[in-house]
Amino acid sequence: MTAPNHRWRNFKNVLMQIIAFSCAILVVTPLVLVFYHLAKLGFSSINVAFFTQLPKPVGELGGGMGNAIAGTFTLLAQAAIIGVPVGVLGGVFLSEYGGTRLNWAIRFAADILNGVPSITWGIVVYALLVVPMHGYSALAGGFVLGMMMIPLVMRTTEEVLQLVPASYREAALALGIAKWKTIVQIVIRTALKGIVTGVLLALARVAGETAPLLFTALGNQFWARNLTEPISALPLQIFAYAISPYDDWHRQAWAGALVLLLFVLAINIGVRFLTRDRFQPKT
Amino acid sequence: MNLKTTAAKTGPHFGDSAFKWLTLCMALSIFVLVALIGFELASGSKLAMHKFGWHFLTTSNWDPGNDVYCAAPFIFGTLVSSLIALVIAVPISIATAVYLTELAPQWLRQPLTMFIELLAAVPSVILGLWGIFVMVPWLHNHLVPVLGKSLGFLPLFQGPNYGPCMLAAGIILAIMIIPIITSVSREILRSVPGLQREAAYALGATRWEVTRIAVLSYAKKGIFGAVILGLGRALGETMAVTMVIGNIPQIVPSLFAPASTQASVIANEFNEATSAMLTSALFEIGLVLLGVTVIVNALAQLLLKTFAGPGAKPQQ
Repeated sequence: MTAPNHRWRNFKNVLMQIIAFSCAILVVTPLVLVFYHLAKLGFSSINVAFFTQLPKPVGELGGGMGNAIAGTFTLLAQAAIIGVPVGVLGGVFLSEYGGTRLNWAIRFAADILNGVPSITWGIVVYALLVVPMHGYSALAGGFVLGMMMIPLVMRTTEEVLQLVPASYREAALALGIAKWKTIVQIVIRTALKGIVTGVLLALARVAGETAPLLFTALGNQFWARNLTEPISALPLQIFAYAISPYDDWHRQAWAGALVLLLFVLAINIGVRFLTRDRFQPKT
Repeated sequence: MNLKTTAAKTGPHFGDSAFKWLTLCMALSIFVLVALIGFELASGSKLAMHKFGWHFLTTSNWDPGNDVYCAAPFIFGTLVSSLIALVIAVPISIATAVYLTELAPQWLRQPLTMFIELLAAVPSVILGLWGIFVMVPWLHNHLVPVLGKSLGFLPLFQGPNYGPCMLAAGIILAIMIIPIITSVSREILRSVPGLQREAAYALGATRWEVTRIAVLSYAKKGIFGAVILGLGRALGETMAVTMVIGNIPQIVPSLFAPASTQASVIANEFNEATSAMLTSALFEIGLVLLGVTVIVNALAQLLLKTFAGPGAKPQQ
C-alpha cells in the first residue's frame, strides 16, 4: 500500500539529492578555479631568478621575490620560537593538570583568541612593539605571528594529549616514576606525531597571514640586514604587487601566490598523510 | 629511556611542582594575551573616544581634511558583506554537509572532505588576488549587467557598474566561510545517533525526509553554532575583502556600489595615518570590531559546546 502523495515525496527526494550534489560541486569549484588561474598565470614566471633575486624597479623586467621568501621563513622561525614552547606547555597543563573551572576558562579564552581578527593582532603589536621601538621590524612581525600561534598550538596539543590512553600514565605512576617525567618522557613522546602535526598546521596558517604584518614587519624591497629592520614576507609582497598598476608586478604576484599556495597546501597535505594511520578513515 | 624508580623517596618531588608551575604559567599566557589586546585597543582609542563619544558609531561623516572620523559606514560595510556571505554560504554549506554525511558514495566522502578542508587553508591574500583579476572582471562583464537588467527595479541592484563592489566582497567572503560551516556541520551531522535515522526509515520516510526530520531537526542547534562560527570569521576577514570591495566609505543600499569594512579601512589607512586622531579613530574601529567578533565567537562556542554529541568539536 503506497501513500497517496508518494509520487510527490519521491520527486522531492530526488530533487533534494540533486541539489545537495550540485552544492558539493559548487563548493569545490572555487578552489579548482583558483588553482587553475594560479597555475596558468603564475607558473611561467617561476624560475631560479624568482627565488633568488630582489625585486627590480618598475620598468625593468625580471627580478624576483627572494627577499620575500627568505622573510617568510625568518618570520616563521621567530613565530615558532615563541609559539611552540608556550603553546605546547600550555596544552600540557590543560590536559594533565588543573581544576575543571580554570581549564574551562582557559579553553574558552583560547577559542575566543583563535577567532580574533588578524588585523586586530596587528594594531595591538604595533602599539606594543613598533611604537616603543620607533620603527617597524622583523622582530615585531615574528612576535605577532607567534602570539597568533599560541592559542592554536595549545588547543591542538591538548586534544592530542587527551588521546593518549590513561593506562600509559597509570602504568608509569604505578612504577613510581615522577609525574613530570611521566608526562615528558611517556605521554608527550607518545603524542609527539600529533603535536608536530598541530605545530605544522599552525605554521601553515600564520605563513599566509598578511594583515598583522602590514603594521609590524611592513615589508622591504631589499634583504633585511638584521631583525630590527622591516622585513618582507611573501603575502605582503603579493598584496603590494596585486594592488599596483603594473602588469609585470601582477605577473610576479601570481607567481608568488602560486609558491605560497603550494607551500601551505604541501604542509596541510603532508600532515594529513603523516596522521593517516592514527585516525581511521571516517565515513 | 633513563627512568629512575623512586622507591627511596616519598612525597612530591621538586621536579613535579616546578613542571606544574611552568606549564601553568604558559597556560595563563592566554589570559595575558586577552588582557593585552583589550588594553592596547582601549588605550589607543582614548583620543577618538574623548572627542567623538558615542556619535562615532552612528554618524557617517568621514572627513580627514577636518580631522573628523566616524564608524558607521564601516560597520554597515562589515555587516552587509557578512550578511551577503551568509545568505550565499549557509544553504550551500548545509547542503554539502548533508551530501557528505548522507548521500555521497563511501569512496568519495573522505577525499571530498579533505578537499573542502584544504579550501579553508588557502591564504586570504591569494583569494583576494584571484578576486581582483578573475572574479571582479567576471562580475563586471557578466553578472552585474544581467542582474541590473532583470532585477534593476529594486534599489538593491541599481547604480553604476564599477567593478569592485559590495557584492564582490560578499561572494569572496562566502567562498571563505563555506569550508568552515561545511566542516563543522559535517561533524555535527555525523554525531546524530543512528537510532534517529533508523526510526525515521522504519516509519517509511524517504531519504530526504529522514535527513530533514531525523537529522537536521536534531542538529539544529549545532548547525546554528556552525553558522555563527562562519559569521565570526566573515566579520574579521581583511585582505580578500580589501582587495575587492572598492574602499569607499559610504552607505549606499546597492550591491553594485563600492563600500568599506572596518577591517579594510584599518588595512588601508593605518600606515598612512598622519594625524594622531585618525590613528586613534582606527584603533576605536578596531575595538568595535574586536568586541563584535568576540561576542559572536563566544556565542558560537557556547552553542557548539552545549550541543550534545561526541563528534561536535568546534574547529577554526
